[in-house]
Parts: sequence; C-alpha cells; structure tokens
Amino acid sequence: MAIALPARHRVPLRGLSVARLLREVARRPAGRFGLFVIAALFVIVFFTPWIAPYDPAAQHIIDRLQGPSWRYPLGTDDLGRDLLSRIFYGARVALGVAVPAVVGAVLLGLLLGTVAGYAGGKIDNALVVVFDTLQAFPAVILALVLISLLGPSLRNVIIVIIVSFAPGYGRVSRALVLSVKQNSFVEAERSLGASDFRIAAVHVVPNILAPLCILMAMDIPSAIVVESGLSFLGLGVQPPTPSWGSILSEGFDRVRDTPWPVLWTGLALMITTLGFTMFGETLRDVVDPRFAGLRRLRRP
Amino acid sequence: MSESLLEVEGVSVVYHTRQGPLPALRDVGFSVAPGEILGIVGESGCGKSTLSSALVRLLPPNGEITGGQIRLKGRDLVRLSEEQMRALRGRELAMIFQDPLTSLNPAFTVGTQLVDVQAAHRSKRSERRAIRRRAVEMLEQVGIPDPGERIDDYPHQFSGGMRQRIMIAMALMLEPALLIADEPTSALDVTLEAQILELLRQLRREHGTTILFISHDLGVIAQLCDRVVVMYAGHTVEEGDVESIYARPLHPYTQALLAAVPSRMHRGDRLATIPGRVPSLSALPPGCTFADRCPHAQDVCRRDELRYLSVEGRRVRCAMHDPMSGFDRDAQPSQLVESETAA
Amino acid sequence: MSDPTRNGTLVDLEDVRTYFYDHRGFVGRWLGRPGVPVRAVDGVSLEIGRGEIVGLVGESGSGKTTLGRTILGLARATDGRILFDRRDVASLSRSQVRSLRSRMQMIFQDPYSSLSPRLRVSYLLTEPYKINRVPVEQRYSVAELLDMVELSSEQASKYPHELSGGQARRVGIARALALHPEFLVADEPTSGLDVSAAASVLNLMKDLRQRLGLTYLIITHSLNVVGFIADRIAVMYLGQLAEVGPTERIFEAPAHPYTRALLSAVSEPDPKQRRAEHKLLLPGEIPSPKNPPTGCRFHTRCAYAQELCRSAAPILEEVEPGSVVACHFWRKVRAGGDEVGAAGPPDALAPRAAG
Repeated sequence: MAIALPARHRVPLRGLSVARLLREVARRPAGRFGLFVIAALFVIVFFTPWIAPYDPAAQHIIDRLQGPSWRYPLGTDDLGRDLLSRIFYGARVALGVAVPAVVGAVLLGLLLGTVAGYAGGKIDNALVVVFDTLQAFPAVILALVLISLLGPSLRNVIIVIIVSFAPGYGRVSRALVLSVKQNSFVEAERSLGASDFRIAAVHVVPNILAPLCILMAMDIPSAIVVESGLSFLGLGVQPPTPSWGSILSEGFDRVRDTPWPVLWTGLALMITTLGFTMFGETLRDVVDPRFAGLRRLRRP
Repeated sequence: MSESLLEVEGVSVVYHTRQGPLPALRDVGFSVAPGEILGIVGESGCGKSTLSSALVRLLPPNGEITGGQIRLKGRDLVRLSEEQMRALRGRELAMIFQDPLTSLNPAFTVGTQLVDVQAAHRSKRSERRAIRRRAVEMLEQVGIPDPGERIDDYPHQFSGGMRQRIMIAMALMLEPALLIADEPTSALDVTLEAQILELLRQLRREHGTTILFISHDLGVIAQLCDRVVVMYAGHTVEEGDVESIYARPLHPYTQALLAAVPSRMHRGDRLATIPGRVPSLSALPPGCTFADRCPHAQDVCRRDELRYLSVEGRRVRCAMHDPMSGFDRDAQPSQLVESETAA
Repeated sequence: MSDPTRNGTLVDLEDVRTYFYDHRGFVGRWLGRPGVPVRAVDGVSLEIGRGEIVGLVGESGSGKTTLGRTILGLARATDGRILFDRRDVASLSRSQVRSLRSRMQMIFQDPYSSLSPRLRVSYLLTEPYKINRVPVEQRYSVAELLDMVELSSEQASKYPHELSGGQARRVGIARALALHPEFLVADEPTSGLDVSAAASVLNLMKDLRQRLGLTYLIITHSLNVVGFIADRIAVMYLGQLAEVGPTERIFEAPAHPYTRALLSAVSEPDPKQRRAEHKLLLPGEIPSPKNPPTGCRFHTRCAYAQELCRSAAPILEEVEPGSVVACHFWRKVRAGGDEVGAAGPPDALAPRAAG
C-alpha cells in the first residue's frame, strides 16, 4: 500500500474544486483511461441486473465449454454458465467489497491516526505500536489468519480488508495531522477558545483528506486483489455468488477444456487494476505540482 | 563611462506558462563598475530574483531571455552555450543566496563542498592539497573560528550566520570578479546582518570584489551600496548613486517607497502608503506600470512605452522627467484615494 | 515623562519563566532523565499600562515570542505570575479563563498559516462567536469587522490563499478584534509584507489603538518598527530583559551594551549616516538557550565585560523613573563614547553553534 506522498504537506489542496480536478485528470491520456474504466465499472455495478444477459447461476449444460459466440458473448464455463454475466456479477462483488472496505479502512485509520497525532504522548505511542505490529504481518498471512478466525463470507472479507489496510491509513493520517498541526492556525483557533475536538474536526481533518483520497483510489485495486485472492482459495465469497476469484479458481481447474474463464477474468482484473491505478496516479500528479505552485511547462 | 565590469542592456525575460507568456523583465539595463557595490532594490514581484537568475543563466526551464545583452568583461553571456556558462560560474561570477540552509548540501562536509568548487575547474590531484589550504584560508577570512578543524564539519553543525559566511567563502574560492548576493541577509538577525555587511565591505576593500546586492530592504542598501537601481514590475525605474537617490528621489515610486519605511523620524504621523497593488504580470497596463498608483499620473503616462533616460546624472523611467513625453509639468498631483484593496 | 501605568496596569508579569523540556523520547523519560530544559523565558518582570504600546525587541533566541505566547496562555509558564487586570491568570477557573481569553488576543506572525486554509474569510470571522457562544447583540458583523481593518466586503467570500499578504494580515487582525479584546499581542506584524503593505498595517494598528482603546505588545526584531509605533521598548536577550524604557530614551541614550549594539546594527535608510567605522559590531552569535552563559548572559559578546559580569548576573536597576536596565556598568555605557575594539573578551568568538 505504500505510495510515496507528495512532500510539502503543510496546506494541501488550496482551493481546487472537485470538478476542476476531474477536468485536469481527464486532460491526460492516463487519466482518461482511468476515468473511463471507473465509469464503466460503476455502470456495471449498478445496472448489472438489467444488462447482464443471463442469470449467472443458471446452468445451460447443453452449451457448456463454448467459446465466444453471439449467444454467449464471452463463452460459457464447464457448467454452461454465461461468462459475461458471471463476470459482471463478479464485478459487483469486487467493487461491492473493495469500495466499502477501503472507505471503512480510511475512516478507521483516519480516526485512530487523528487521535494519535493530536493527543500525542502515551496514547500516540500506544497506537503507533498497534499500527506497526499489524503492518509487520505480511498482508496475505494476516488476511488468511483473520478470515479463518471469522469464517468465510462476504461480510468478513470486508472486515479483513478493513483491519489490514487501516493501520497504513492510520500512520499516514497521523503524519499528516502532525504536519498540519505545525501551522499557526491551530494555535490561533486555540487562542480563540476552540476545543481540541473542534480544531481536529473542522480545521485539521479537512486539510488532510486530499492525500487520503489519492491513496484510496490506488488502494481499491489492492482490495479487489485481496478479495479475489481469498475467493480463489475458497475463503471469500461463497458460491453461488460469483466472484472473480472463484471464477478464476474454477477456470484453472478446467483450463485444459476451455481457456476462456481464466482469460476473461484475468483481463477484467487487469483492466480494473490499471484503471484505478492510472486514475490515482494522474490525480496525484495533478495535485502534487500544484502544491508547489509550479505548472507543467511546455517549451516554446 | 570607464570600462564596466558588467553591462546589462535592454534585457527582457519571459516565462512561458499555460496561460501564455508572462513578461517578467522588460528592457532592464544598468552597469556595474569594477570594485563597486551596486544595489538592486524592489518589492516582491518586481523581478529582482528573475534578474539574478538571468544573470547567471539559471532560469527555470520555462524562462527565456528574449532580448538584450549581458556583457561581463565585454563578453555577452546571453550568447554563450551552457558549457561556456558553466566555465564561468564560480570563476568569474558567483552567487550567494538568502537561505544558506538549502544552499549547502547537508550530506557533505563543508570542506568537501569548498574544495569541490575549485576542483570542478581544475582536477589534478596534486593540487587538491593546495586547494584545501586555500579553503581553510577562505574560512578564516570570512570569520569562522578554528577553520582548520571546522572545515570537516557538516553544515548542520553551524549556526545560520556561520552558514551564510561559509556560503560567501564558497562563492569566493575562485576569486570571482563579480559576486551576486541575492537577499543574503534577509533571514538573519540584525546583529548578524551587520556582521555580514561588514564582511562584504571588507571583501571589497581588500580584494576589490565587485558586488551586486539585491534586496528589498532600503536600509541595508543605504548602508552598503554605492549606487542603486530601483525596480518595479519588471522594469528598472531609477538608477543613480545612493546619496542623491535617497535625498532626492525622482521617480514617484522611489519617493513613495522611501516615504513608507517606518522609522523613529515618523513618530506621531501616519506612514505614507502606496494605494493599489503591483499589477499582475498577466495583466500589465500599457505605458507606465506605476501609473495607476501614481499621484502624478496623466494620460501621457499610459499611452506609450516610456524611455529610460539620463537625467541629472541618473537614469529615470518616468514621463514627468522626459521632456519629450508631453507631460504637463504644471498640473497638480491628484489625491489618490487609498482604496480598500491596499495591500 | 508621564507614567505609562497612569490609566491602570493591564498586564503585570512577575518573574515569569517558561522552560521547555526536551524529552529524550520514550525510553529516556522512563529512565528518569528529564533532559536539559530550553530556558526560553527566564525571569521577566514587566508592567504594561492600559492604552500603551510596548515594543518587545530581540533577536532569534531571545524568547520574545515565547513570552508573548505565555502571556496569552498558549505556552505554560513554568514559574512566576501573570496578572491581567490585577487577577492572577493561573488562579482562574475554566469559565473565567474563557472570558479572559476574549479580552486578550494574538496576531500571529505568518499571515497565511494562521488562517485555516479551507475556510472562507466570512466563516473565519464568525467562528469566534460560535466557539464562545456570544449572544447576537454582542457580535460584530463580518462587514463591520472587515471595515474596521479597511478591507472591502468582497473579501468575505475569499479563501486565505486568495488574499495578498497584507490582506491576510488584516483578516488576522479582524479575527483578533472579533471578541472585543482590550489587549493585543502582535507577533512580527510586518513580517513577510512589502514596505508599503507593512506601512499600512502599522497605520492601521495606530488607528485601532485610538478608536478602540487597545493596548498592544508588539513583538519584533525591527527597531525601526518600534521606533515608529511604540511608546516604550523592552529589549530582551536570551530569555531576560536587558533594558526597558521610553522609546525616545532608548534610542537616544541606551544604557545596555546590547541595546547599543542593536541600534548600531540597524540599517537606517539614510546613506549619510553610514557607520563606516562600525565599532560596535557584536562578535559571535547568540548562545544556546539550553546553556546560557554564567553571570550576565551577554558577557560573552560584550565589549564592556569584566570579571564581575562573568560571575554575577545583574538585576534590573532604575536608570531614571520609568527606565530600568540590567547591567553592572550601565553608567559607563551611557556616559561613554564608543568602545575601542569591538573584539570583546577572549572567549567571545568561541564556536557556539546552535543546538
């Protein structure tokens, strides 16, 4: 999850509105690609019941193991289920898990990190120890341990992702809070009588949201990978709910009969990851040079 | 005029941005005689940092010198290639900056950095010892105690004032003919500033170093410099020797600037302020850029580009002092209302 | 010379000390090693009269900013008493502290970083009322506050980064005025501003004193600023007061060698007054507040220093009514011409790199 944050974080994002940001991102080819992918994914997620041609669990045994055709645009798997529909529903699962999970991780990490950075002292030390300990585990091991403790289910996958990702956000939030705290407006508000809570909620946190959003965008693919990975191992979403991971898993078992499930799912994962990553990186590039007030320059 | 060390003539610099070209410097010209200390004074946005970058040809990638000549000992620097400029930097031309913390590399000892400067120009190993000896001498000259030992310390082991001295030592290693000092004392306490100014005077006295001193502080300029150039919004607006300019400023901007400096002399009154703000580079008005803030402004001021003329032993860029401009010398200056956008 | 406290003393500092303890981290604290304190303010006693403008002058490391913050309660005094309107600040209850807060405010040094960047000016100017639950009748409207600092009401909808340095500074002043303070501490009010913007801010501060009956403590390193605006000047060096007195007297007949050196170092914008001789050049640098010199803190750089100065710290003595100085040899300083050789005592140039 470690992405290099732009330096100079004293006062992030002076006055850039969301609309302008998105426009800037769209100006760059990588950003355009990312936005397109994300848009397409969200369309799929929300409109799947209407656009998917078949019920993903419906088995058409007669038509099993077919390649792409007019009836089944991506082909069918070994049980005759339409791959296109399964991939669409898998996308629902992927994003339906990844987005809430990452958001949850950010919120939890933000809360703990802000408390740590703001309170300082023993509380800070204790929280940092917690963050570091959790982060010391390789993500895979941690995920596996947690899911085996909680039992496999979609809800638990979300919990696992939140617990795995939150410490990272906690550290980042804490560092940002510490940096913002150095600005004298914090002291100015104190001198006006503002409570610590008010200063944290109204003045500090809004100034650190921007870099967190960038990280979030780039973490969603990681979360999708975690979910797919767990589902691949059978520890994530349980059948009959299709997950990209489970489609892959079944596909590998039958790869000699038909390569299509593995191919299409792999492609779906790849494009999704690329899309979010390009979006996140472009967003960071757009925001980063603005911090310093420089403009991207063109030689005459 | 006898042979000048540095002659800047008609220099213009433009920054290319997404919004189009921004004219940071327009028709800037002055000269510096050998052994002289010339001050360049102006407020923020006047272009003085652009000027110092342009002189050493270290403008950022989007900056371009679009016209004029910068003649150092007769050679036009604008025409030189980057390699030729590199040979000059440090040797003929050296620069010191405002913040010695960021100008010194924290990862190397002071000695390494001092020796490197010379070594870049001469690389025989046998000469290194001699260069190091000279570095110790330089440190002593700028007032670093125990230079033989401290030469192996790192920048963070020195205080701010000492770091500034080290930077001066570094700049002087190759005995440059011209030292450009860009706000070298702005970040220093007043007593430290006095020390550095004295050091600069000593350098001029003992080594004949010519100094171009850039600052926004009118007091420092008055104390240190022989002559001064006043800049406003990318133009040079007045130039002359320090005593006559401070005693009798000709350009209304210079007059206003001097009247706005707080001092004990003005106790009990209000300080004079300049209404309005410096115009943004992307929206420069035609004619005189100061006209909107000038109590003497007339229509002629806003019409044409003004000429930079010699008047009474100085140079001024002002319609009021240009006999051919059509300025009405009998008109009363207007009382400009101090608008609420006063900076 | 009239008594500055003729209208009553508003702020009274009695031997105030503020130390910062440099915690040697987690483990260090456990092992019981508290670390060397930074003695930022080390025994300052000063009275500020109602309606006065006192200029607190010193260089970096003098502790002047810390003193300002301590008075306002933003830094905790380690020792000594701070009396505001004759009530000991430390002895107040929480609600009393809150009402006290509104009577004294600070104008911060950096005009931009003291304004919360994602909030508009209008919000920043109404927030003090929200925080303190001020009833509507007692509030200034945003337009009124902006008007008081000579800004147009257009500025209300702007964000701090959209303002110029001078405008941002004025918004900071407006915010400080919102709660109807009687006492303002201004930390380097002209820093970061162009000459003209600085001049108009100083003019504004003078006007406000007149109109609103304010009392100011102006913290600055610039003698020119205090020369222009202050009634009395207090000179600080390494956490202690060197000299206090009316502005005229300080400029014309300084009694402390440090004051003399400061005055001599000030660059007057008048070429005719060039001090080519510069006899009063202070050698060396200011020592670290963690390890101040023994006796008189200034002795390591002082041209008048004697053995006594090394061993005994001078206390503030009266020079004339309303003027005090902390120097064993102030009479010599006042009477004498400039000293021969500014080299000072032998250890003056001993390297004392800060921290």
